[in-house]
Amino acid sequence: MTLQSATSRIPEPAPRQGFGARQYLVCLKGILVREGLRFLNQRERFVSSLVRPLLWLFVFAAGFRQVLGVSIIPPYKTYVLYEVFITPGLCGMILLFSGMQSSLSMVYDREMGNMRTLLVSPFPRWFLLISKLLAGVMVSIMQVYAFLAIAWFWDVRPPWTGYLMILPALFLSGMMLCSLGMLLSSMIKQLENFAGVMNFVIFPMYFASPALYPLWRIQESSPLLHKICLANPFTYAVELIRFALYGEVDRGPLLIVVGFTVLFLGGAILAYDPSIGLLGRKQDNGGNA
Amino acid sequence: MQHVKAKEGVSLPAALEVSAVSHFYGEKQALSESSFSIAPGRFAVLLGLNGAGKTTLFSLISRLFDTRHGTIRIFGHDIRREPGEALRRLGIVFQARTLDLDLSVCQNLSYHASLHGIGRAEAMSRIRTLLAQIDMGDRLYDKVRSLSGGQMRRIEIARALLHRPPLLLLDEATVGLDIRSRAEILAAIRELVHTEGISVFWATHLIDEVEESDHVVILDKGRVLADGRVDDVVRACGANGIREAFATLSGVASVAGGAAR
Repeated sequence: MTLQSATSRIPEPAPRQGFGARQYLVCLKGILVREGLRFLNQRERFVSSLVRPLLWLFVFAAGFRQVLGVSIIPPYKTYVLYEVFITPGLCGMILLFSGMQSSLSMVYDREMGNMRTLLVSPFPRWFLLISKLLAGVMVSIMQVYAFLAIAWFWDVRPPWTGYLMILPALFLSGMMLCSLGMLLSSMIKQLENFAGVMNFVIFPMYFASPALYPLWRIQESSPLLHKICLANPFTYAVELIRFALYGEVDRGPLLIVVGFTVLFLGGAILAYDPSIGLLGRKQDNGGNA
Repeated sequence: MQHVKAKEGVSLPAALEVSAVSHFYGEKQALSESSFSIAPGRFAVLLGLNGAGKTTLFSLISRLFDTRHGTIRIFGHDIRREPGEALRRLGIVFQARTLDLDLSVCQNLSYHASLHGIGRAEAMSRIRTLLAQIDMGDRLYDKVRSLSGGQMRRIEIARALLHRPPLLLLDEATVGLDIRSRAEILAAIRELVHTEGISVFWATHLIDEVEESDHVVILDKGRVLADGRVDDVVRACGANGIREAFATLSGVASVAGGAAR
């Protein structure tokens, strides 16, 4: 083993250089490719991410079809089957679980040390975290489209424009949920604590939303739960996706999702900044970086 | 800021300058007013027992932890104020394995290259060259999971050199390796210093990895007890060798075998 620099003598320390736009793109592409490769290498992760919503669609929705009637509410122009109603919610479910899974992967990466290779990159940390977020969202969107393709055979067939319009809605909702996951990952010291995220974040967010039943029905049965649903960011992600799937833009949810995305993303960037963030405080207690 | 006169008479900043750095874990002080500097092109050893503060110091140098007390400069660039400029001059081999086991050698190295803004064609050229040098040119597309511990370590060193940093940090890089792999890696890194003029900061608790011509920094309970050429440190302690000097400084009765414990 005889090491030399790759092609020539290592030069004298270079003067201040900074990075150009092309190098930023190279870095972003590298992070996206790595996340994509990890996803493809973990086929069970892909399958399990589809099994969960498909079970809801095939089993839960089929069972509740006769119990729960859905009246004509926007964006639907006619009565729709319960399977059709919960499909946008199940798309949101995929984004929610995937966002949290990317948070799990960051806790795992921190514990295993892989995260260190990212954090010691000379690119600005905000850029690295946003790139990591985009990679997580890209994987989530692939899962949603795979789910919608299967749902098409189950007679869930939105207009073809919906398949295009849903893309920006999925992207925004995915960014919001992945940012939330990243913010949570900065607060979790060890992998074992992720079970708490499941019980205290994922399930409450999912069930206290219009993913499974319309908001007006929730209001009728429990005004308090209705207020909780209105305070839940996931509610607006589901509504944004639901309208987009039928070729419409619902501006209220759109603005709220953008607002929460900025809030969570800003929080995650601050949390991962070693000089001011939660991670910096965590080091005081001997936590991993 | 400390400067070193280069051969041509040009004043170069120190490869690494640590000034009055302290660090706390809650109430517990892990580093106390630590100061030293490493000249460019030197092989410097950070010697300390387990728990001396070596990994904490490395976490501060690599900006995994924030330097709240004191300053750290890499070739004159403050890690807190100019993290990008400082980190691009730094190659790091962490104590814990940081390769992605499910990806191939090529994918791991390409990922690192992209994290330094190196395009695919240039990255592949450097990867092939480096893998040939570490006798692993035929393992380019193998999953990292299929490699031995020594091979993984070699890949990590190649990865740390991929962006051609002038300063290389290695945190207990030979831990868990057999004697032959240890000797090979240490010799290769030393050769790199001689042939390429790269600066190396090598953290270890193994005294037999220290040579007389090295610069040594002895760390104990978060304090720098000695800093200088090995023979100067030995002479200052009135000891017969670095083993005895280390035992005297750290208050260890005797340092048996290779390990400083």
